[in-house]
Amino acid sequence: MAEVEKRRGSAPVPHEWTYAPAPESREIVSIHERYGLFVGGEWLEPTETYTTLSPASEEPLATVAQATPTEVRHAVAVAREAFADWSALPGSERAKYLFRIARILQERSREFAVLESLNGGKPIKESRDVDLPLAAAHFFYYAGWADKLEYAFPNRKPRPLGVAGQIIPWNFPLLMLAWKIAPALAAGNTVVLKPAETTPLTALLFCDVVRQAELPPGVVNIVTGDGSTGAALVDAPVDKIAFTGSTDVGKAILSRLAGSGKKLTLELGGKAANIVFDDAAIDQAVEGIVNGIYFNQGHVCCAGSRLFVQESVAEPVVDKLKRRMATLRVGDPLDKNTDVGAINSKAQLEKIEELVAAGRDEGAEIYQPPCRLPERGYWFAPTVFTKVAQSYRIAQEEIFGPVLSVLTFRTPDEAVEKANNTPYGLSAGVWTEKGSRILWMAERLRAGVVWANTYNRFDPASPFGGYKESGFGREGGLHGLAPYLDGNGGDA
Amino acid sequence: MPDRLPIKKTYKLFVGGAFPRSESGRTYEAQGQNVARASRKDVRDAVVAARAAQPKWAGATAYNRGQVLYRIAEMMEARAAEFAELAGGRDEVERAIDRWVWYAGFADKLAQVLGSSNPVAGPYFNFTVPEPTGVVAIVAPDEPPLLGLVTRLAPALVGGNAVVALASETSPLAAIELAEALATSDVPAGAVNLLTGFRAELAPWLASHMDVNAIDVTGADGLRADLERAAADNVKRVVAGSPDSQSLYEISAFLELKTVWHPIGM
Repeated sequence: MAEVEKRRGSAPVPHEWTYAPAPESREIVSIHERYGLFVGGEWLEPTETYTTLSPASEEPLATVAQATPTEVRHAVAVAREAFADWSALPGSERAKYLFRIARILQERSREFAVLESLNGGKPIKESRDVDLPLAAAHFFYYAGWADKLEYAFPNRKPRPLGVAGQIIPWNFPLLMLAWKIAPALAAGNTVVLKPAETTPLTALLFCDVVRQAELPPGVVNIVTGDGSTGAALVDAPVDKIAFTGSTDVGKAILSRLAGSGKKLTLELGGKAANIVFDDAAIDQAVEGIVNGIYFNQGHVCCAGSRLFVQESVAEPVVDKLKRRMATLRVGDPLDKNTDVGAINSKAQLEKIEELVAAGRDEGAEIYQPPCRLPERGYWFAPTVFTKVAQSYRIAQEEIFGPVLSVLTFRTPDEAVEKANNTPYGLSAGVWTEKGSRILWMAERLRAGVVWANTYNRFDPASPFGGYKESGFGREGGLHGLAPYLDGNGGDA
Repeated sequence: MPDRLPIKKTYKLFVGGAFPRSESGRTYEAQGQNVARASRKDVRDAVVAARAAQPKWAGATAYNRGQVLYRIAEMMEARAAEFAELAGGRDEVERAIDRWVWYAGFADKLAQVLGSSNPVAGPYFNFTVPEPTGVVAIVAPDEPPLLGLVTRLAPALVGGNAVVALASETSPLAAIELAEALATSDVPAGAVNLLTGFRAELAPWLASHMDVNAIDVTGADGLRADLERAAADNVKRVVAGSPDSQSLYEISAFLELKTVWHPIGM
């Protein structure tokens, strides 16, 4: 039982929570010692390899392929060969393959969840309750579109593009794979997908699902590797590139593709404003703030990393937030009680540390709840900065870690102006009890997704994507089909 | 010697609803006339004017924007003979006028055909609406000088964007005539800005301008790859269309999609 300390005149403060460790068993997963390239339904022996780690323990998990440009071009050629038959299949048949994949993912979700947490560092309760159900739902959702494309784009004779090269990030490895592969296949394209360098394992396990579903060889090809593999895929003769990742890399891809005529969609970084008005349900808002920035260690492109609180409630909101932060359990990603897992990689940890140091230097006030971080692995305590000016780097740059910057505002106009004062425009949050104000704010916020009285909520039917430097194109919903079809302005 | 000396027109730029000369003071010769040769500074002034005008234009009701576009068609029809002389003849002019009419009728249908309400899990009303991307730069094709410009301009404008367009370099007079029609219609000052001059001199500044949200490179010819590279700096939306096409998707290329999760509760 929790020991609760009572303070006069304020809410009870949880003093210490004790839980027995409740680790999820690793036994359900069998990781191969070595993985090749999944091309044409076969495992090809790679010429170069690297080792993938568990970020929570730094223990090596497997040797995986570092695909070379030649190998990438070969995968694209194989995907090209598979395209003719796959695109000629009746949509209703393509749909059945996708339904199968959705079902297999549901069946094997525990296995995938454990592997996702092991390789990526995210808490098992998130991979189990968010990543896996959403990934399966995404395949199920797009399966149903495969034979209904004419309803999505009436009179446009929608046609698949050909081979899609897809490059995904390390924050939601399997879910991003689902976001990319499901609509591409539903529309009749074949794909070559490159998982992120640090999190290849669930994509490699997905190859097993592809075989289990008896998907025709070459329709889905997976090539692992670092940024150079991604660059090789961008340069390869594909018809479309879909990229999710940092704005810097997105811009590099844009210049690389300049004049090539290849279709492109980009889902890039963010520095989202989460805006709390004085009439909001404060406790509910505090939960939303925590979910907005500490979900998945803040490794979320739409993370609510800038908190704007109306001045009159700034103090109680920040107080409650700090108290809530003290209850977050940081540690073993495989423990079912864990709220905040491991930082995905050493490089990312260093980036977070560098920006947090800059926040301190520039004069912001830092708060971190007392918590013991494991000695091995990559960890960063949940962090909140107050007394932040808009010009500070921690208010301008994407940190992609569990670090929140708190700013204040007085009027709704001021909130809008400050929230929009960023080159990004992926998402925003609004907390108020007033429905008309939600819509007033939503109309003015320059962001592709606006959550009201909730945050970081996703659904396969809900289009997701950015304004401004957060990229273009949508994933999810009917609009998520457009980038994979010709005859519908899909490059728009 | 004629009985009466005709008054010759000075061909100027169209920026912020006014007709300034190029700040550079330079002109160039095209179609037998001296035409303003805009400078980098003129480009920036035009972007500032467009940015200032955009919120009000986007904030007008869709029905109102439709009427404003229709009014442009009315103004052009009245000047059809002049346009025919400056552009490629009567047929081009009529098609340009009809293009405005077609897009005018789309203004108040965009949210219905491009938006959606999305069935999500949980107590949320989830909907997606199209919104203007902001300031759009257009590099209009040389040919056809009037229809090409209108083909690119109308779809960008109808969705609520403000525009800075570079006219046909070889035949800019129809664009200037169009500016005069726009100035006498109900288009708010600054919502459309038209520059004449050398494409290779001006387009790169539009492509790299950090306050331009999208660029239409339909008329960019050999400059296209360079413009796309410059546009990467702020992740501009790049559109390469046709000088003679007309579709819903010409409009959506200049729109963003916003999805809102609105709570449902007591």
